Amino acid sequence: MSPRQARPQFESWGRYPRLSAEVLPLFWREDFPVAHASGAKMLPVGMGRSYGDVCLLQNGTLLRTPNLDRLISFDSETGLLRCEAGVTLAEILNFAVPRGWFLPVSPGTKYVTVGGAIANDIHGKNHHLAGTFGRHTPCFELVRSDGTQLVCSATQNPQWFAATIGGMGLTGLISWAEVQMRPIVSRRIRYRSTRFVGLEEFTALSQASRHVEYSVAWIDCVAQGRNFARGIFIQGEHDNNPGPLAPSPKPMLALPFDLPAFALNRSSVGLFNTLYYNKQMGKQRTGLVDYEPFFYPLDRILQWNRLYGKEGLLQFQCVLPWESDPMGMIQVLKTITASGLASFLAVIKVFGDVASPGMMSFPMPGITLALDFPIRREVSFDLLDRLAGITADFGGRMYPAKDACMSAPHFQQFYPQWQDFSAFIDPAFSSSFWQRVTGLD
Amino acid sequence: MTKRDALFPSRVLVLGATSSIAIATMRRLAGNTHFMLVARNPNRLTAVAQDLLTRGALAAETWVMDLDNTSAHKEMLAAAAERLGRIDLALIAHGVLGDQQAAEADFEIAAAILHTNFTSTVSLLTWLGNYFQAQRGGTLAVISSVAGDRGRKSNYVYGASKGALTIFLDGLRNRIDRDGVQVLTIKPGFVATPMTAHVPQNALFASPDQVAQGILRAIERRRDVVYVPWFWAGIMLLVRAIPGFRFKKMNM
Repeated sequence: MSPRQARPQFESWGRYPRLSAEVLPLFWREDFPVAHASGAKMLPVGMGRSYGDVCLLQNGTLLRTPNLDRLISFDSETGLLRCEAGVTLAEILNFAVPRGWFLPVSPGTKYVTVGGAIANDIHGKNHHLAGTFGRHTPCFELVRSDGTQLVCSATQNPQWFAATIGGMGLTGLISWAEVQMRPIVSRRIRYRSTRFVGLEEFTALSQASRHVEYSVAWIDCVAQGRNFARGIFIQGEHDNNPGPLAPSPKPMLALPFDLPAFALNRSSVGLFNTLYYNKQMGKQRTGLVDYEPFFYPLDRILQWNRLYGKEGLLQFQCVLPWESDPMGMIQVLKTITASGLASFLAVIKVFGDVASPGMMSFPMPGITLALDFPIRREVSFDLLDRLAGITADFGGRMYPAKDACMSAPHFQQFYPQWQDFSAFIDPAFSSSFWQRVTGLD
Repeated sequence: MTKRDALFPSRVLVLGATSSIAIATMRRLAGNTHFMLVARNPNRLTAVAQDLLTRGALAAETWVMDLDNTSAHKEMLAAAAERLGRIDLALIAHGVLGDQQAAEADFEIAAAILHTNFTSTVSLLTWLGNYFQAQRGGTLAVISSVAGDRGRKSNYVYGASKGALTIFLDGLRNRIDRDGVQVLTIKPGFVATPMTAHVPQNALFASPDQVAQGILRAIERRRDVVYVPWFWAGIMLLVRAIPGFRFKKMNM
């Protein structure tokens, strides 16, 4: 019996672009490499939470990994977890939190797989101290389409280790990985949130909290004039007082339908932003909060991407190095506010100087800004192209996992090592992103 | 430990331990349980055992065999009884969907489906029924299917194998319930597993974990028959109510 499915439409989180591919679910590590009669290229994909086409492959075969969801071992003394690559961070939390352990790095959603977290070398609110996810995966196995199994670490197959971390799934299938967890005594996070206006105040707050484990800021990308670059800076640390460690309840809310495309516009987003900014009455607020709303506020609404309607959304995330600060980021923000296209989901954070082990990793020391845009033909793509141009002018780079439209010249300027990297790509693997930014198969 | 954990079986034999429904059920039982896992593929069996041990199982013993080989059942079952000391729960989860069209053309293919789903299970149930009867307690949980409730042209060979199994379980229950043995017939609807990976999924599909939840609830409540998810009880009530002269004309 063939486990093939009849060409369903598989979408990335941004639901743009829409590319058809065959979907082949993997159920066991031994299911790969698969006999592949069609000769079409392949790409492993986990939860499909990257936004653009980095997890898509037009007319190819998507190897879906979420059924590779088995734990392999856990050392309760050291917190070293070994698991199959399709295990999600949500599943890890359900397993580890009751045992007093937490993820070393948490992105904005827990619904991503370990394999995807490595392949995109994801980052979180503790980047300034902990670096990327790939710094906390001491070892993993890479399986190539010819069946070669490479156990990769800093000392074993180190060049494959470096190429696969941030390698966008192109170097082969990650079959299992080790994750070094960190201890906690409570689910709770002790947080402080502070209102700010302007980038200067944001960087001062970041500087003052550089020893605090987690920090991030929500920034208003609609308001202009005296409210330009207002936002709320949030910092937090795991509570030191022993507290609850029970597993999380399942989320109950799901957005059951697509909102019409006009639902998000300058007025509705501006209103939301003003309400959100002013929800916090005073300058500063402190307290204890569960880790779920602290790390994954959007996970409470499953399929929030439907807010953008059937058209989908475009994400933009850039990092600009410190040296260019603050002119570059001001220019980026001014371009966005002037366009009036921004959504309320905009995040700004200072990246630290902890080096990523990955060859193609996105983060570098500087300020990173991430936000999404509705898709308005002509306008949105033109805006993103201008933002890419500013990013390039100021020596920054953009994040492939959140991109659906950066040009090949921009990509090649952001990642000049791309040709060295391409030597590590599995000959049977590709992605629509890679084809777009390199012009290669 | 919650009250529910304390009530739950701690010595568990699983036949067809690499089935998705079995895995999901075992994960929910993992803490404080001593497992004996039986399946055909050694790599997969090891992966499942490691998963359960990591999740807190006391032990996860493995036995590699093809359950189609009924002559080797006794040896395996005797070893299971010895290693576990007693069996609180035996879950029978092996089975094949088979290729209906091939089975229509070739009796040997139909016979193989019947053998795996029905005959080999009868062999297991014969030994286990007597064992549980002598033990005067325990739960025999067997995965049948909603497809066994009424024959349809799209999968009646599979359906017949499961329908026969359901009837066998009815009789076995009638015999050994009075000895304190729970015989649970599990009737899943559509479940997203490797068995159905080639079928386009729709809203009726349940996850293996949803099915596992339903199975454990039915064990806890000492039910005889359980449809999982629950709404299949209603669907099958309607399907069985369709008069034969109409049913034979339908495309299902």
